[in-house]
Amino acid sequence: MSDATLDPRLTSGRVAPKRAMRLSWSDPRFRAIVWQVVILGAVAAVVWYLIHNTSQNLASRRIATGFGFLSRTAGIPIGESLISYNPAEDTYGRALLIGVLNTLKVAVVGIVLATILGTLIGIGRLSKNWLMARLTAFYVETIRDIPLLLQLLFWYTILQGLPGPRNALSIGGMVWLSNRGLKLPTLNWETAHTVALLIFAIGLIGTWWWNRRAHLRQEETGERPAVWPVAAGLLVVLPLLVWAVLGAPFQWDVPALRGFNFTGGTSISPEYFALLLGLVTYTAGYIAEIVRSGIQAVPMGQWEAAGALGLKRGAVLRRIVLPQALRVIVPPMTSQYLNLIKNSSLAVAIGYQDLVSVANTTLNQTGQAIEGIAVIMAVYLTISLSISLFMNWYNAHIALVER
Amino acid sequence: MSMTSSVARSLPVPSRRAPAGAGALAWLKTNLFATWISTAVTLALGYVILRIVLALIDWALLNAIWTVPYSANGIAQTAVCQAVKGVGACWAVIADKYRLILFGRYPYDEQWRPAIVVLIFIGLYAVSAMRRFWRKELVLIWVGALAVVGVLMWGGVFRLPVVTDDQWGGLPITLILATFGLAFGFPLAVLVALGRRSTHLPAVKTLCVVYVELIRGVPLISVLFMASVMFPLFMPAGVNIDKLLRAQIAIILFAAAYLAEVVRGGLQALPKGQAEAADALGLSYWKKTGFIVLPQALRLVIPPLVNTFIGFFKDTSLVLIIGLFDLLTMGKVALSDPPWQSFSTEVYITLALIYIAFCFAMSRYSRGLERELGASQRR
Repeated sequence: MSDATLDPRLTSGRVAPKRAMRLSWSDPRFRAIVWQVVILGAVAAVVWYLIHNTSQNLASRRIATGFGFLSRTAGIPIGESLISYNPAEDTYGRALLIGVLNTLKVAVVGIVLATILGTLIGIGRLSKNWLMARLTAFYVETIRDIPLLLQLLFWYTILQGLPGPRNALSIGGMVWLSNRGLKLPTLNWETAHTVALLIFAIGLIGTWWWNRRAHLRQEETGERPAVWPVAAGLLVVLPLLVWAVLGAPFQWDVPALRGFNFTGGTSISPEYFALLLGLVTYTAGYIAEIVRSGIQAVPMGQWEAAGALGLKRGAVLRRIVLPQALRVIVPPMTSQYLNLIKNSSLAVAIGYQDLVSVANTTLNQTGQAIEGIAVIMAVYLTISLSISLFMNWYNAHIALVER
Repeated sequence: MSMTSSVARSLPVPSRRAPAGAGALAWLKTNLFATWISTAVTLALGYVILRIVLALIDWALLNAIWTVPYSANGIAQTAVCQAVKGVGACWAVIADKYRLILFGRYPYDEQWRPAIVVLIFIGLYAVSAMRRFWRKELVLIWVGALAVVGVLMWGGVFRLPVVTDDQWGGLPITLILATFGLAFGFPLAVLVALGRRSTHLPAVKTLCVVYVELIRGVPLISVLFMASVMFPLFMPAGVNIDKLLRAQIAIILFAAAYLAEVVRGGLQALPKGQAEAADALGLSYWKKTGFIVLPQALRLVIPPLVNTFIGFFKDTSLVLIIGLFDLLTMGKVALSDPPWQSFSTEVYITLALIYIAFCFAMSRYSRGLERELGASQRR
């Protein structure tokens, strides 16, 4: 601001001279110090009292303290884990690590699916079709008014009530749904796939580089070299060609019924499936509202002005509307993602072994409640804070730069 | 799609407002069959919805079983329900268990007391929702109502038999946890929000920031675990706080952190001139805060406060995990009775309808209020 220097309040000559603090109640600085000492003192006294009681209680009940238990053999049976685990040998530390990984597994997949479903429903609510708009509004209203825990229990009992593997429901003989969970076919992985994937990654870098060049060229000359043929060549044709040259291996490992259960393919446990289903449908209700309000926050005039400038519809959406909508969407979306991660702790109620569930078993077995809860809190705080930091960075990145 | 068409479509099209007298047909044309895509969507959705609704009516009403016979020793004979399983609902489970689900193990002859408590809570919400009661006297109404709730539930006076709180259960527990959580969490939240906004007390500000971020960074279930397994360790030997009170304290502390952020939003939204004007008049900090800042700031945040309250209302169901008998837990207890074990869908749907009734009323109210307050501000 140009007239800021003219503001008499901002000229340094007018600032009151610093006076020495007087030890009197009428000096605000003295009062502030007294208040802080009193409040902090009270809090410290309460905390000291609690710690004192706790240490006495721990001593009288002969409960060990410290994190020594992390390196002791756990003996907790864990149904599903991303890393190898043997309850007879592995430690509490490893069991808790598996819990963390299971939490992340459901959180990451849940966030991706909830974002997709929520965005679709949010757009559906803005549909000009009355039936579509009413149906999605009904979904959002209802799903948000039922406690998540109730929804999880509902899904879990439904999945448990499904027929056994012998009478499993099938989709095209490839996917099987039974009370043992969802069985999916997997692709037999060969070297050709790895190589093709590698080529694809290189193609991504190449496309990015070509896009940058096109951009620079456009700024210089006003003409933009076509990007899509290069992208198609590098991302689709080349990997496919390499894969075909290496023999084009393509074989599914389809789950098949052997005796009382399925063999082959991969499986999703009923616990994980119920948790994921509940988290995704519940969070999507909230995300839909965020997406809807974000899109509605962009005034119609923005569409019209961009159209008047001669931008294509896709360009209007990408360069004018979305950046403005994202600015409204990102902060509440962050808190929904954090909520989803925190809500995944309800897994303990339906027996999916996430961090809270494993830590709960640990603290029941060792009796070390304080350490167990400290582990839970530390992990969730780390996840929450790192996501907040990332999203704050992203938000600052897309935020409107004012003056 | 060409540019001109997209611009034309985004302009206000007069035909969207059907001329008077055109009636239902024009409405259908604009809202359901505007383009061929819209028509296809309408037909596909209409078909699916119709099939679902018909199936639901068949299951929930036409083929449903409403009562079952009982054997001589009072055990329900659910064979007739098992026979229609999957085809018809068995609402007999609700008819048999509704007292247990609503009021838990409260002595059967005394269950009029929790019933009145539920009505008091609903009345309290209704009174708080009316704008003509938005004044200081509302605090007295809350204190009075919560005191009456306590007397009715515990008894021990006015010749009411004492009922200890390990016998409480069902809907009153859900309402007590949520409402007392708000009643005690809110004053704490106001103090924390003020502390977080303070410029002269950096140590207090840090304390408030740490408290709010710590609680908001961890799931409620970990705070409840803390209350159920760590709290007994905090107390001096021989002092025992019962489970309900421990969970209540956890919910209050949890609620206060979230409410503090809502209140802080209101404090931030209030123009700075208000506080400066109060300073210029020579008001002390507490007079300025109590008479100028808070009355205006809190008014601004009533809609988000209601939304936060809806959140707690649903979150109280988490006490199931630490073994308290709220509405959801009582539903599970009812289902543990062998004859009724396989009728969980009916029970869960009933519970969901109860939660929806409360939450929907509150969210409707909050949205209406937002519009009303917004209208008065727009001028």
